[in-house]
Amino acid sequence: MSTITESAASPATPEPSNFEKLDMRADKARVTLGSRVASVVAIVIAVLWTIPTLGLFITSFRPEADIKKSGWWTWFTNFNTTIDNYVEVLTGSRFELSTFFVNSIVITLPAVIIPITLALLAAYAFAWIDFKGRNILFVAVFALQVVPIQVTLIPLLTQYVKWGLAGSFWTVWLSHSIFALPLAIFLLHNFMKEIPRELVEAARVDGAGHVKIFFQVLMPLLVPAIASFAIFQFLWVWNDLLVALTFAGGDQNVAPLTVRVAELAGTRGQAWYLLSAGAFVSMVVPVIVFLALQRYFVRGLLAGSVKG
Amino acid sequence: MEWLKQADTTGEKFLLMFVAIALFVLVMGVILFVVDRISRPPKWVLVLGFMGPALIGLAFGLVYPALTTVKASFYDANGETFVGADNYVTAFTEDSFQQVLGNTLAWTLLVPILSTVIGLVYAVLVDRTRVEKFAKTLMFMPMAISMVGASIIWKFMYEYKAVIEGLAPERQPAQIGLLNQVLIWLGLEPQQFLLNGPWNNLFLMIVMIWIQSGFAMTILSAAIKAIPDDTMEAARLDGAGGMRLFTSITIPSVRPALVVVLTTIAMSTLKVFDIVRTMTGGNFGTGVIANEFYTQSFKQANYGLGSALAVILFIFVVPLIVYNVFQMRKSEEMR
Amino acid sequence: MKSTMKRHHVVAIASSVTLALSLAACGSDTPEKPEGSGTGTGTASGDCAAYESYGDLSGKTVTVYTSIVAPEDQPHIDSYKPFEECTGASIKYEGSKEFETQLQVRLKAGNAPDIAYIPQPGLLKTIVGQFPDSIVEASAGTSANVDKYYAASWKGYGTVDGKFYAAPLGANVKSFVWYSPSMFADNGYEIPKTYDELIALSDKIVADHGAEGIKPWCAGIGSGEATGWPATDWLEDLVLREAGIDVYNKWITNEVKFNDPQIAAALGKVGAILKNDKYVNGGIGDVKSIATTEFQDGGLPILDGNCFMHRQASFYAANWPEGTDVSEEGDVFAFYFPGMTADSRPVLGGGEFVAAFADRPEVAAFQAYLSSPEWANAKAKATPAGGWVSANSGLDPENLVSPIDKLSFSLLSDTSQDFGFDASDLMPGNVGAGSFWTEMTSWIAENKSDTQVLDAIQASWK
Repeated sequence: MSTITESAASPATPEPSNFEKLDMRADKARVTLGSRVASVVAIVIAVLWTIPTLGLFITSFRPEADIKKSGWWTWFTNFNTTIDNYVEVLTGSRFELSTFFVNSIVITLPAVIIPITLALLAAYAFAWIDFKGRNILFVAVFALQVVPIQVTLIPLLTQYVKWGLAGSFWTVWLSHSIFALPLAIFLLHNFMKEIPRELVEAARVDGAGHVKIFFQVLMPLLVPAIASFAIFQFLWVWNDLLVALTFAGGDQNVAPLTVRVAELAGTRGQAWYLLSAGAFVSMVVPVIVFLALQRYFVRGLLAGSVKG
Repeated sequence: MEWLKQADTTGEKFLLMFVAIALFVLVMGVILFVVDRISRPPKWVLVLGFMGPALIGLAFGLVYPALTTVKASFYDANGETFVGADNYVTAFTEDSFQQVLGNTLAWTLLVPILSTVIGLVYAVLVDRTRVEKFAKTLMFMPMAISMVGASIIWKFMYEYKAVIEGLAPERQPAQIGLLNQVLIWLGLEPQQFLLNGPWNNLFLMIVMIWIQSGFAMTILSAAIKAIPDDTMEAARLDGAGGMRLFTSITIPSVRPALVVVLTTIAMSTLKVFDIVRTMTGGNFGTGVIANEFYTQSFKQANYGLGSALAVILFIFVVPLIVYNVFQMRKSEEMR
Repeated sequence: MKSTMKRHHVVAIASSVTLALSLAACGSDTPEKPEGSGTGTGTASGDCAAYESYGDLSGKTVTVYTSIVAPEDQPHIDSYKPFEECTGASIKYEGSKEFETQLQVRLKAGNAPDIAYIPQPGLLKTIVGQFPDSIVEASAGTSANVDKYYAASWKGYGTVDGKFYAAPLGANVKSFVWYSPSMFADNGYEIPKTYDELIALSDKIVADHGAEGIKPWCAGIGSGEATGWPATDWLEDLVLREAGIDVYNKWITNEVKFNDPQIAAALGKVGAILKNDKYVNGGIGDVKSIATTEFQDGGLPILDGNCFMHRQASFYAANWPEGTDVSEEGDVFAFYFPGMTADSRPVLGGGEFVAAFADRPEVAAFQAYLSSPEWANAKAKATPAGGWVSANSGLDPENLVSPIDKLSFSLLSDTSQDFGFDASDLMPGNVGAGSFWTEMTSWIAENKSDTQVLDAIQASWK
């Protein structure tokens, strides 16, 4: 049993190369669903899902009059291109666009790290510590997902104002962290309890306490789950307008990029076409994060450790 | 301590950010260290050590506001006078409320199911292919486009311009929406996608499905990768083909993840109102509860009625809870 | 669209050349980033006479919260400069597209700004009703300015239950019909002087061009959550013309009901245009297409020559694509939406109002400044691209640049004619920003009958 634990726990401090090796090993055991039909289906879905984005992307490089008076696909025949929209997005504000980027990053990182850590610990307790009322409490936490953020705005802001925190980053970090918890706990708990009981039991027999089991046995196995949730938490916080606007306000010292993007359309929405360029400017970072975290989506962490 | 609240320069902001993270790590480290140090800790200490911070946060940030909302739903617009169940009566006797309820139900059923199916199929199909990363990025992109961007993307899909009788071909209004252009290329009449019910609801849902499939795909892909290779290998040696593998190995293996994805998408669908709000404003029979809730609470300053609608939204979650409890029991038994 | 960088240069040039106010005093600020510190260099010269009554406000800060965002925010910020330089106060500006929602959230949570620009009197009424302890009555200086420079009715819009809270700021004229001067000239069409002439012209366009698929009118009432508001403006314009200002004002308070025959008659007249397949929807589609066309796109078919007229407010000027010449001899311009007779020229308009949520002296002073002619003229000069007017009689029309702004101002300042403030902005929120919008939308989209629509709106009035 203990050897099994080791083999599974060995990538505890995984070097990327280890991951790639694992992935390659998995590649050898390739399962081919890849008939011609399957490829066609995949391509059709990919194309359908990309067309709207492609349309927006092309639009973002077209002059205003073209955007308003002809379809974006006509660009293929009438190659009329401009970067004016991007210039306006990048320089059209009273403030440097970089200020908003910095604010977005400063808001997002803690708002991703904090809830994931808290949720991992809580999910561990829900999955591997047997205590009275566990299931009821879990269901309660999970049900909190349905509370719309909008109902929390006034009660929370009232408290923040009382504490003298309104308008600072702290309120945004705290609020985002709390709002992420129900889903994070729910998701991570699901991955956590999928881990074979034998692994945990084996570590227990070896005399490991809960804290040790959590960090040494479970964490390494949860890397893909953590990475996938991290992507989404990153996205939600990065694209959030409401929480930042309510708790931090639109002040340039705290306002994230979304505040700038939202006002691109102008007071009466007359410049709505600028949103096309704005959407891509604000999309760059999340897509990079997605690509960067994808390497942690690897198979085979459990390979050989459990029965088939 | 003022510098902890006010950060003006980029350097100060990053410093503040690191201070916040360090502070958090420190606090959590101390808690876990203490828990770990106690030999044979009582169970409640353990549980508190692991979930205490999360539970405090939830109580403050979600439970308390939710309770305030329930209370506000029994008060008038200003939250001053107790009005009993009046707000609920108003909500339910509203002319279009039946339709709003029906739409909400359709959204919470169709969006999760379709997004999950598409996400799963796609995740399986691109898994282990050479272009996997690229292919997944394509489906992920809609999630990365903020709502503001998404609202105008679909204008370029659904926008309607008629083919006007009598107007010379070269003067016909140019189509802005791709779907109608496709209809014209096919020799059909352009359609008012967002106007004609009940189909307009479907066209709004497509936007949400387009966004949420990326979520389903990502989570399910992680789950698929957790299926031990030997399991697949063994099934293949038994002579299972692509379809058999999918139904007899992949689906059962990712079943818990499927439940999670379905539930999560259903929850976000219940709450989503931006799509309806920006595309039809709830007109043309496309209203959903979340949009009504938002309109009443924040546009018409009727907190009482708005809160009652939020509570009705809470009630929609009961079937989801029941479903999940059922699934949890099932997987407990299997363990 | 011109980048704001360029615009700042224009501001800087315009200021240094034409401004008597010594904006050169802010020479230490780079022209590119005029948000600066605002405290000035203390060398502001002679022109500060008008500001002496505000006293020395050095080191004081006033926060302003509005729904006006970039690029329209810059002229506002620039217009505070004289005040900042002469009094030493600094103004902190924040604009948000989510202003209406956020303002109420902030008020509820006890986090009010010092000054807010309220876009509709109806919202002011709601705020006074819900937050009587947060909002403060307009300062004495403000009140005096408004008495002096505004028509009494404008003071009325900022008054709730006999107390004057909010001073008018900007204004817009809604009684405009956009058209293409060259298309009119080519066809020998005259600008109609009466409502009947307008209908006659519409019929003539149908007769001349109907067979070619070109229609007299185009419209769009889509506006996301606010879909329907342009249709309410149509009805308001016709109530004003058909029933007169007294009925109009009684209609706002529901003394005249929505299903009153006079309102029904006006709606009938709107329907004669908007629901007439012969008249609409030029270059877009049928009657129903009005409901799904965004208001920003509603008038664009004029540029293609597929439609002749589009009734929309002065601020529609910003929707013509870059390079469109908006002037009487240009590509597009607007004429006054005619009254029933050539002599009766009632004007429908709207505007925003300045409410204060703090009674500190600097807040009172700044509120007063915003109602003064000094501010109105500073704002006009700070808006070189046009797109802004005020009903402040102290505004010198010479400072307005764009032809449409000049025309708007001439209509607003003609006190011999009746002025009707946008009724939906004055009605309670659940009607004016609720059932009125949605029912007018169903009226077009679902072809709901006049009676059904008016009865439904009336029923929602509680």
